[in-house]
Amino acid sequence: MLKFVARRLLLLVPILFGLSVLLFVWLRALPGGPAQALLGERATADSVARIEALYGLNEPWYVQYWKFVSSAIQLDFGNSARTNRPVTEEMARTFPATFELAIAALIFAVGIGIPLGYYAAKKYGTWLDNVSVSGSLLGVAVPVFFLAYILKYVFSVQLGWFPTQGRQDPRIDADHPTGLYVLDGLITGNLEASWDAIMHLVLPAIALGAIPLAIIVRITRASVLDVVHEDYVRTAEAKGLWERTITRRHVLRNALLPVVTVIGLQAGLLFSGAILTETVFAFDGVGRFIAEAISNRDYAVLQGFILVIAAMYVVVNLLVDVSYGLIDPRVRVR
Amino acid sequence: MTNSEPLLDVRDLSVTFTRKGGPSVRAVDGVSFTVRPGETVGLVGESGSGKSVTSLAVMGLLPRRGVQVGGQVAFDDDDLLTLPRDRMRDIRGRDIAMVFQDPMSSLNPVVPIGIQVTEVLERHQDLKGDTARAAAEDLLSRVGIPDPARRLKEYPHQLSGGMRQRALIAMALACRPRLLIADEPTTALDVTIQAQIIELLKELVQDTGASLVMITHDLGVVAGLCDTVHVMYSGRIVESAGRRELFAQPRHPYTGGLLASVPRLDAPRGAPLHPIPGSPTDVLRWSRGCAFAPRCPNRIEPCTDGPPPLESIGGRSLRCLNPLTETEEVATR
Repeated sequence: MLKFVARRLLLLVPILFGLSVLLFVWLRALPGGPAQALLGERATADSVARIEALYGLNEPWYVQYWKFVSSAIQLDFGNSARTNRPVTEEMARTFPATFELAIAALIFAVGIGIPLGYYAAKKYGTWLDNVSVSGSLLGVAVPVFFLAYILKYVFSVQLGWFPTQGRQDPRIDADHPTGLYVLDGLITGNLEASWDAIMHLVLPAIALGAIPLAIIVRITRASVLDVVHEDYVRTAEAKGLWERTITRRHVLRNALLPVVTVIGLQAGLLFSGAILTETVFAFDGVGRFIAEAISNRDYAVLQGFILVIAAMYVVVNLLVDVSYGLIDPRVRVR
Repeated sequence: MTNSEPLLDVRDLSVTFTRKGGPSVRAVDGVSFTVRPGETVGLVGESGSGKSVTSLAVMGLLPRRGVQVGGQVAFDDDDLLTLPRDRMRDIRGRDIAMVFQDPMSSLNPVVPIGIQVTEVLERHQDLKGDTARAAAEDLLSRVGIPDPARRLKEYPHQLSGGMRQRALIAMALACRPRLLIADEPTTALDVTIQAQIIELLKELVQDTGASLVMITHDLGVVAGLCDTVHVMYSGRIVESAGRRELFAQPRHPYTGGLLASVPRLDAPRGAPLHPIPGSPTDVLRWSRGCAFAPRCPNRIEPCTDGPPPLESIGGRSLRCLNPLTETEEVATR
């Protein structure tokens, strides 16, 4: 097992190397550059050259690449051309926000998706089944930004149940040692801040979790339908076991194997930020920050953020594979 | 064989599968038989003859939707077919246990063998923790699994097919049931293992005094094991007799065909095999005559006029209008 983890982590090196080269070349192939973006339409050749010299953009790309790699190894990704702050600082601000939002979306998707999928399978062919299947089709089909705007309009603007944007009411005076606002409130004993952060999370989490929810419902339902007809479930019935034992030990433990894979893949996607959701709810996370960085040709930010996201994606997938080995003994070889 | 009150009394059992937009299928039709304490009863027939469905109906394991079950299954003054579901759960695994056909798929792949054995003990005998584990170890060694302490911690994929069937038998016998139903327990196993498993079942049933219903298509198994044999065809019993009588003189042409189709070692080299012509799908509906008539060498005109009744003749039951006679050689066309 340890060897397996080590091998997979070692794989990160070529992945990150290849990605960084691609990213570097691709970013510089985009029309315009950070100097143009900063200076706007009235940029003169002189001012552009001055900015480029400031950021070292006038050097050949392999020299720039070498500089980038040698500092990136020390976790220094340079400064943002837009905010002029270190990229690592921007990461420390935005990643916890996205992480918190992703966790909330996952709790929503898994917490509702697995029970709903299970009962849909249990009540196969009834109205509950039909509603959850067609509902999950709708969940996948509705564009995220549309859903986000509808949620915001109905529940924030019209009903006023939830705040419209941001992560925290600016009138609340709260400390943020970890950057995870809900956790911060609990740590500092500021329960009001925690509750406020949760209220800010509800609508974005629903918007972001809608697609994972729909996928989890469908996979759980299909998987449970498969498993309840397995011979070992009949064996369990023949033993006269209580229905809850059969459900938990014999049906769900087998039915959830494919669901875990799906959850892992979705988690990887969620952690890389949600540009649409974060934009609609003005949620200061990774997705929104990257979107802005792209329009500003903010090379340093894009390079750093995308590499870290790629690394996270690999690690999350590794965690999924490891957990798979824990819940399915047949995979526990090597 | 004893002559005491029957332990299980199946009366006029019928099972019909209904489908939306399709014709309903009567898989079991008016099946009656009894099992006395300590008796071993064989249910014999080809695939699709309704023998497995009969056993699932007795166990209450048929799906609830799309299935109609009729008749009575008396066990201990209870009719198992009308018993509330929770009462039935109490009986299953404790008083009536079942061993299934395919040990590869009948064990939960992600749960250790030990838990799958102890869960029956926990459910029906209130054993817990170390007591349950010790009992499980004892059970595994009784069914001939070496090093049971280690095996309890293993998962099904780490056991061979024969071992898995032994483990399943251990689970079935964990609460010393009075009736064990074995549904083709050796079909999925190697021939060498088959004999071992049959021998094991025989021993365990003798030791515990349990009754056994053996469902099989293998007449060799019946010959070595059963006191009474019921031959099923297309959902009905066509002949019931003691093992000796049946093997000495089959009366129903189908029974005769089954016996004749068993290859014999003492037959001359190159002698032809004697399959029953046609296939089990060439059936007549029982309402229109004998279902076996399309394949029957002894068919006479009245066979296709209506269902032949089940009649008692000389200590056996027979559903045939033109049975094989005492001296007639088994039909070998």
